[in-house]
Amino acid sequence: MKLLQRSQITLSIILALALVSPLALAGPAEDKGLEIAKQRKLRDQGWGDSQAEMIMILRNKSGQESKRDIRIKNLEVDNDGDKGLTIFDRPRDVKGTAFLSFSHPLGNDDQWLYLPALKRVKRISSKNKSGPFMGSEFAYEDLSSFEIEKYSYKYLGDEKCGALNCFKVENTPLYKHSGYTKIITWIDDQEYRVHKAEYYDRKSSLLKTLTFIEYKQYKNKFWRADQYMMNNHQTGKSTQLDWKNYKFSVGLTDKDFNKNTLKRVR
Amino acid sequence: MDFWVKQIRQGHRLYPLVALMVLSPFSQALEVNGKVGVSALLFQHAPLYDKQHRQQWSALAELEFYHSWNDDQDSILFKPYARVDQHDSERSHFDIRELMWLHVGEDWELRTGIGKVFWGVNEANHLVDIINQDDQVDDISGDPKLGQPMVNLSLIRDWGTVDLFVLPGFRERTFPGEEGRLRGPLAVDTDHAEYESSAENKHVDFALRWSHTFDDYDMGLYYFRGTNRDPRLMVKQTSSGEISLIPYYDQIDQFGLDFQATLEAWLWKLEALHRKDEFDSFAAVSGGFEYTFVGIMESATDLGIIMEYSWDERADPALNQFQNDVMFGARFAFNDAQSTEILAGLVQDLDYSELRSFQIEASRRLGEDWKLSLELRLFSDHELNPISDDDHLQLTLEKYF
Repeated sequence: MKLLQRSQITLSIILALALVSPLALAGPAEDKGLEIAKQRKLRDQGWGDSQAEMIMILRNKSGQESKRDIRIKNLEVDNDGDKGLTIFDRPRDVKGTAFLSFSHPLGNDDQWLYLPALKRVKRISSKNKSGPFMGSEFAYEDLSSFEIEKYSYKYLGDEKCGALNCFKVENTPLYKHSGYTKIITWIDDQEYRVHKAEYYDRKSSLLKTLTFIEYKQYKNKFWRADQYMMNNHQTGKSTQLDWKNYKFSVGLTDKDFNKNTLKRVR
Repeated sequence: MDFWVKQIRQGHRLYPLVALMVLSPFSQALEVNGKVGVSALLFQHAPLYDKQHRQQWSALAELEFYHSWNDDQDSILFKPYARVDQHDSERSHFDIRELMWLHVGEDWELRTGIGKVFWGVNEANHLVDIINQDDQVDDISGDPKLGQPMVNLSLIRDWGTVDLFVLPGFRERTFPGEEGRLRGPLAVDTDHAEYESSAENKHVDFALRWSHTFDDYDMGLYYFRGTNRDPRLMVKQTSSGEISLIPYYDQIDQFGLDFQATLEAWLWKLEALHRKDEFDSFAAVSGGFEYTFVGIMESATDLGIIMEYSWDERADPALNQFQNDVMFGARFAFNDAQSTEILAGLVQDLDYSELRSFQIEASRRLGEDWKLSLELRLFSDHELNPISDDDHLQLTLEKYF
């Protein structure tokens, strides 16, 4: 009798653990999802530093366009999220505005905004992960670096993506303040590039679809898409990002990512 | 043979270097940007004093010339600014907001010329901000500043940034003229400012600041010695018997501190100073929080709730408007394509319950290159507030190019 009670307790502890910890629930689909995510990260590791220019085109339901010119500098940080510096050239009223972020996989990101008219560097709250970036259909979290610890994974099956075969993987954000319940990604089995992502809002309904168009390889290793196309299914709005002048290993270091550089970027 | 090869090599090395030094200042074209605008200052009440008006229209222009060379290690920025006011000759003014040569070293930066520097974290009371003088005729918000001549060396170290400032030359605060509103019964006579220092406006001021970020905490500490940016206004009788209001600038020693803790949706802010001037030695504090609700009511709009309290040891609202005041504010960032923003704030004096002011600042981009701004300021009727009757709305339309 006593023995039975003890085993019952043990069983309930195991059950409780299983409910609390997603690791305990890990089955073959979860394992395979994680393996794909690890490959995805591994294939894109070691790029060091990069810079690129981006034209962001915002379209509303009636097709009206609004354009932004943006430059982005990135620094890869080992065992942490990347550092990023975003410089706005257009619209002209925000020219010189710059955004500095140190992302952390699970903790809060450190973010500073420089307002050139006031010459003021403002530390801003990192709770805005789900908020729109520059009035676009991209949220801050959509543009932050991919880190394995940020999600739990579930492999959903194989599916064609163009001429390639893709793994369909469900990512569930583990970091705080995400606007999504899940993101379903299509990752090709050749180079582990993301071709498509579907974002599901807090009510688990489909919110947005992001499509990556025209991948190019840099430095014989790193793949970057020339175009990102984000469609919001709930508002009919869309945002297109056209990337150009991708450069890797331009010699950026920690010194190019601090509050002082934020104040003098052009 | 060896010698010959070496010479050639050296020549090769030298040639691009010389070419770079000679050509680089011209390799990048001069970048020109700017804005022009019109602004209407509309007052709710008829003026209290002769010569003042109910409406003041003005035109403004700000240009920006930028040139860099030496692989962007050196740059020059020139930013002239002008406003022409329909009535007020003091508000019609020209200023060099910036004329700055910046040289960037490995872990240091040197700025030489005329520029603007902002220190602080608060919204309502910019207590510790001291390098630049207010361009008060432009806008009473305290945001527009006059260009300050300076040599600024920044040393960027692991343990923080040290900024050394030598500030040769002082800028007097601008005040509305006879035909301008937002003043008391006497217009300030800016042509006869007086100084404690015999060097007058040529006194060389000095500042030293250390600032650093520790995880979620950003902080700065500074020492400033030089001419007080806040003048005392003295009533004087001229030889001809006329009464005039003269600004008097004393010398001060000031320690300042600014601090912000950024903890998820909370921003906790604190500014404090200790100032020793000709008349007093006192402390002042201003601090509070901003809490942001991201995406209110399932929209893209963020709402920030702000509360800031200010205190000044001198307890005299004539010397510091924020002597014992609380500010409640709300910031709406619509996060739309037009970058629409609204910041509203109520400042309530806790010593004089009838003394308060309300302010709205809003802006929105129109099309690609236009911006419309609105500023509304309402003041309670109170004998301590000389501009009680100057409730106004300012609308500004600017075109960027």
